[in-house]
Amino acid sequence: MKSLVCLKQVPDTETQIKVKPDGTGIATDGIKYVINPYDEFSVEEALRLKEKFKAGEVQILSVGPDRATEAIRTALAMGADKGIHINDEALNQADPFVIAKALAAAAAQVEYDIIFCGHRAIDDDFGEAGAMVAELLGLPQVTLVTKVEISEDKKSAVMERDIEGGKETVEVPLPCVVTSQKGLNEPRYASLPGIMKAKKKPIDKKSAADLGINAEPKLQARNFTMPAERQAGKRYQDMEPADAAKAVVQALRNEAKVI
Amino acid sequence: MSKVMIYGEIKGGRIKKTAFELASEGRRLADKLGGDLGAVVMGSAGEQFAADLGRYGVDTVYVVEAPELETYNSEYFAQALAKVIIEKKPEIVLISHSMQGKDLAPRTAAKLGVATIADCISFELDGSSLVAKRPMYAGKCYAQWVALGSPQMASARPNVLEVVETPKSGTVEKIAFSADASRATYTTKDLNLDTSGKVDLTEAEIIVSGGRGMGGPDYSLLEEMASVFGPTATVGASRAAVDAGWRTHSDQVGQTGKTVTPNLYVACGISGSIQHLAGMGSSKVIVAVNKDPEAPIFTKADYGIVGDLFKVIPEFNKELKALLAE
Ligand SMILES: Cc1cc2nc3c(=O)[nH]c(=O)nc-3n(C[C@H](O)[C@H](O)[C@H](O)COP(=O)(O)OP(=O)(O)OC[C@H]3O[C@@H](n4cnc5c(N)ncnc54)[C@H](O)[C@@H]3O)c2cc1C
Ligand SMILES: Nc1ncnc2c1ncn2[C@@H]1O[C@H](COP(=O)(O)O)[C@@H](O)[C@H]1O
Repeated sequence: MKSLVCLKQVPDTETQIKVKPDGTGIATDGIKYVINPYDEFSVEEALRLKEKFKAGEVQILSVGPDRATEAIRTALAMGADKGIHINDEALNQADPFVIAKALAAAAAQVEYDIIFCGHRAIDDDFGEAGAMVAELLGLPQVTLVTKVEISEDKKSAVMERDIEGGKETVEVPLPCVVTSQKGLNEPRYASLPGIMKAKKKPIDKKSAADLGINAEPKLQARNFTMPAERQAGKRYQDMEPADAAKAVVQALRNEAKVI
Repeated sequence: MSKVMIYGEIKGGRIKKTAFELASEGRRLADKLGGDLGAVVMGSAGEQFAADLGRYGVDTVYVVEAPELETYNSEYFAQALAKVIIEKKPEIVLISHSMQGKDLAPRTAAKLGVATIADCISFELDGSSLVAKRPMYAGKCYAQWVALGSPQMASARPNVLEVVETPKSGTVEKIAFSADASRATYTTKDLNLDTSGKVDLTEAEIIVSGGRGMGGPDYSLLEEMASVFGPTATVGASRAAVDAGWRTHSDQVGQTGKTVTPNLYVACGISGSIQHLAGMGSSKVIVAVNKDPEAPIFTKADYGIVGDLFKVIPEFNKELKALLAE
């Protein structure tokens, strides 16, 4: 089973995001970067497929600046076989369509039975690249996937996906693009021998020109702002539970007017 | 011709409230641009919603019928939506950032060679350019985004845009469509829908959420509160509760769960970690019940009850029942 895993490096969820004074973006100093949590589920699932079929490979594909190498190495340390790092000024801040073009063009140069994306990158929160890669490659997409079962002949798969108010089970021909959702699996940690081995695994470097894509932007961001600071409101402390409950229920009706 | 077009999502044979939110906003933008508002509805049931959509400002309802459009499928719906957009050439297309919209919008956008400004909470026009405000980093910051391609596509967060009645004709126009079956897609084998008809967290108006403080998988106190609030209320959870196996992963609120914007968020036994606050910090009103007066959730709560939730919530439910029964 050959899997291609699209992986983005994003700020750790612990990060307190701060906007630059001129509002052109976020201040990046001191940020610790990690693998996008949904992409970790993808890496884990791809590794499990390779283990289950006792054959194949797991390739990591990432667009990002120099620092993205660390995220690729971490995935290699988890057990992935090799990496493709697209590092190009024109792409590093790109919108999801441009990213999808880069990912699809890179995918077209390698072999795969399945492509994994995360359902959303937790920095920009677009949640678009997976479906776009699928469309650009003319492949089916199965988004928000929590279970993957590949058929013996590797020509199709049965998957479970989240839909509003429940779950849907679908059958899909391969190759296809999956977007990973929480619940798919529990990602493993990189082991010490894994980390040692990862140092020798190949990472192929590419630019936008190598992929033959143009990076013409489709979206542009401006005016970054911080959310309105929430103030701590009323406190109900050292009160009988019944009195506190009554006071709050009344306030929700008469003051906040939400019920 | 419609200058602005919305996608009207149908669920369980009914048009969703988000369609009226989009129509109301679409109407406002179309008026500013001096043009018509269209709505695309898929499937044979589509026609019956024309009057409803008209009430919220839709001039023309484009109904696309084909056997492939009776139940949702990413590829066929994206083909159909892209076809209407190519034919009618709207400048702006609005979709809901619902579970279905998240699947449909990017695939449709890619067919049209553009991107969608995803999960927007407000819209403005700068000349004829759409400028949309959206949370990023799960709400830790916001930015305005401009669509540079054509059409300008955006998806709107459910339950944020105001619903406004502006009666228009809601005239039906049928769009001929035959699916391109040469494009591979999935087939649905089974639908396992929660029979309670529970709303998705991202669309709920009221969320009652429980964390590690619940002490176990028994969420009946919270289920009870949600049912007293009614069908627009649902139960959520912190990651600690999900990871403990008390609740399913789709109930998780936070940076790696769902970002929610209900009118009311009741956090029970939740400390208020940075990841949790990111996901629910833009709720209109927050109530917190926690026995630790130092819990960070209290710095964000409009109403904070310091106490044992097992003592407070039963009283809260009692009060609520009495009030809502009036
Ligand atoms: C990569 C990553 C992503 C994450 N993403 C998310 C996310 O999306 N969503 C999320 O929620 N978390 C997320 N987390 C986890 C987060 O850091 C916290 O661990 C988690 O939110 C804590 O959940 P909690 O508030 O329920 O539990 P705790 O922090 O343990 O808090 C429990 C609270 O319950 C109170 N309590 C206990 N008993 C009672 C009682 N009887 N009555 C009243 N109060 C009581 C306690 O005082 C305490 O404040 C993430 C973590 C990481 C590392
Ligand atoms: N720069 C990138 N490099 C590799 N994969 C990416 C990149 N950006 C997005 N993706 C993939 O697309 C998914 C969704 O991202 P997004 O559309 O940005 O929310 C991510 O989880 C990744 O799998």
